[in-house]
Amino acid sequence: MRRWLLPSLLLVALVGAWQLAASSGALADLLNLESYLVPSPAEIADSLWESRGLLAENAWVTLQEMLLGLGIAFVVGVGLAFLMHLSTLIKDTVNPLVVVSQTVPILVLAPILLIWLGFGIWPKAVVVALVCFFPITVSTLAGLGSGDPEAAKMMRSLDASRAQILWRVETPTALPSFFTGARLAVVLAPIGAVFGEWVGASSGLGHLILFDNSQLETARLFASVVVLSAIAIILFALTAFAQRRIVTWR
Amino acid sequence: MRQDTKMAAEAEGFATAIEMPPPGNGSEGGIAIRELGHSYGELETIEQLDLELAPHGVLGLVGPSGCGKSTLLELIVGLREPSRGKVEIDGASAAAARLAHCAFMPQRDLLLPWLSAIDNAALALRNRGLRRAAARREAGELFERFGLAGFERARPAELSGGMRQRVAFLRTLIAGKPVLALDEPFAALDAITRGEMQGWLANALSQHPRTVVLVTHDLEEALYLCDQMVVLSSRPARAVGRLSAPAPRAVDRDEAVTDPAFVTVREHAMHLLREGTK
Repeated sequence: MRRWLLPSLLLVALVGAWQLAASSGALADLLNLESYLVPSPAEIADSLWESRGLLAENAWVTLQEMLLGLGIAFVVGVGLAFLMHLSTLIKDTVNPLVVVSQTVPILVLAPILLIWLGFGIWPKAVVVALVCFFPITVSTLAGLGSGDPEAAKMMRSLDASRAQILWRVETPTALPSFFTGARLAVVLAPIGAVFGEWVGASSGLGHLILFDNSQLETARLFASVVVLSAIAIILFALTAFAQRRIVTWR
Repeated sequence: MRQDTKMAAEAEGFATAIEMPPPGNGSEGGIAIRELGHSYGELETIEQLDLELAPHGVLGLVGPSGCGKSTLLELIVGLREPSRGKVEIDGASAAAARLAHCAFMPQRDLLLPWLSAIDNAALALRNRGLRRAAARREAGELFERFGLAGFERARPAELSGGMRQRVAFLRTLIAGKPVLALDEPFAALDAITRGEMQGWLANALSQHPRTVVLVTHDLEEALYLCDQMVVLSSRPARAVGRLSAPAPRAVDRDEAVTDPAFVTVREHAMHLLREGTK
């Protein structure tokens, strides 16, 4: 109850204040702008409804990019974590590069990806994957290593092979930590997708935002942001739900 | 026809998978330790130790905290190789061969929280390739015999400390190895539960006799459960005394530990323990 009520109240208060400030013209005056540049929540809601077809169409494009990118991020992220966990050699070789991959600004990489991978879904998905695999790798690797060394000894004396220790002890131990990384990854995904679209796209919410910005369609721009946030919140909630269903022992 | 051969082969594989080292025949599980010494780099943990334990013997290793008891146990079961000397179990001295003969019960119960009590107890059977249902069936029989019936499906978090320890012991027993290595199995329990568990363990061992090496810092526990006891000095460990438990022992734990002969041996052990820490 409290978990939902308090954030909802805060949201209502903020939106209410914004509505008052925008519709009275106070906000526009303060920023020294024309009032159509400062849409009120009611105007954004209007735009959401009027442009629902356009928004849904573009949201679908962005969602596909996010899901493909997240899929790659999960496979690569978890795979790297397991490889690094199993081999110190691989860990020492790969880990520095994993960190370096996060220090290269995505805005530098994105245009190159566009040249290499073309204009379709792939460059965006790869940007999403690049942004999202890191938290998954780091958290899964930490989780795999967080087990009790005594548990491995116990398993060895119960005739467990290395693979059985990995599957029966270390993998379940890593699950809560993996989900922490996964929740981070799903909220980073929309940011990656929008970045990817800004560099070159003919559709998608990021593309629409860029277009509306140039056309001073501020109400619809905010409407796109609302849709994007809604997607992120839904993905986050789904991940949290999956965690509750799978990690039942905490 | 082909299907039949395949099924026969599978059934055969199954049979070899569930075959356990025969613990009951009394000829397996003898331990011989000769001129054993161990160091972690510069730090010498075990100075010198010789020991002989017959099959189905129950040996208590007692010593002050940090004297290397746990290290010694890991050396015996084959989780570590000693720096000097050797450990033989049934004549085999390679670490892997020792490990194949020993089941190790660590200090904390270390039940896997995502598995039910019965699946925890059946871990060794699952590791040997037995299917879940068959492993549960096998473990289930011991659950009933040792007062855990009705708790098969409970997660470890739902069990009391004593019950968790019982499940952990069954997990070790079900592995079917001739040697059980128990590292302070009841140290985390309150005094009443510990007493109960000692009686329970004595009963379990009388029904399923095994060679047991029990590490403890509780003299009463060692003397009640073991037939011989080695008192270790503080680090680097060496044997400061060897004691035999007073026989015959009362079956009831409280009667056993208040017996005058028992008290005499206990005080003697206490004296040795003090000598060893000087």
